[in-house]
Amino acid sequence: MSVKLTTRQVGDVTVIDAAGRITLGEGSSAFRDTIRDLIAKGDKKILLNLGEVSYIDSSGIGELVSAFTTVTNHGGVLKLLNLTKRVQDLLQITKLFTVFEVHEDEAAAVRSFA
Amino acid sequence: MADQDRGVTPSVDMSLASTLESVDNAEELVLKAAQEAGVDEDELHRVGMAVREAMVNAVVHGNRYSANKIVRLTVSIEPDRMTVRITDQGEGFDPVEVPDPLAQENLLRQSGRGILLIRAFVDRFHVRRVEPSGTEVTLVKYLSRPS
Repeated sequence: MSVKLTTRQVGDVTVIDAAGRITLGEGSSAFRDTIRDLIAKGDKKILLNLGEVSYIDSSGIGELVSAFTTVTNHGGVLKLLNLTKRVQDLLQITKLFTVFEVHEDEAAAVRSFA
Repeated sequence: MADQDRGVTPSVDMSLASTLESVDNAEELVLKAAQEAGVDEDELHRVGMAVREAMVNAVVHGNRYSANKIVRLTVSIEPDRMTVRITDQGEGFDPVEVPDPLAQENLLRQSGRGILLIRAFVDRFHVRRVEPSGTEVTLVKYLSRPS
């Protein structure tokens, strides 16, 4: 299955719950559209929950990076939540742990935006 | 002996269309072969990802989705290794010319991480030009079998 994205509001933080695969094609374009819509609505604090993401390829990593730069360039902040071991490995290999702020606890992650 | 010259009869030898569906099919075929060869679950994921990245390179950057070009996929299993070979019919590329995705100035680039991941996920990785046109990528995963 490709990625399924649902958004919810926790205070002034928008949480995107992602599930499935973020890979070249449908998965990555759905992700891009969601970020674009949130930016258009003026959402500035975005927490991306990757806990149910089973697979990300290099194209999906590119989408995460693109989301990060898009949100940052619009004056917002994007953080990551609940990385699986496999996604953690990918961020280590690609050195993107140095770029993304990563949280394991949603409540603490939401508080960190304050 | 070079991996491409070992003379092993492949257990998979297929011609695939230059589509994203072929990327999924190739990953599935290789995973099945790897599972039968005794590769464990974590390593399966890594092998599958390496194959996916190499197939995307072949379909997207090599053959540029051309309906007139195919991607050849072979998988060979030997007692100590699994060899996957993916050959496109495109213009070819030199991996040395791909900007280093780990350089600070490239960390926020959207693309260019495929080869990095392939190198991380398999034990050996070769790229060579093939005539008259195309690139052959060879991925080798060493197998550790219970004695």
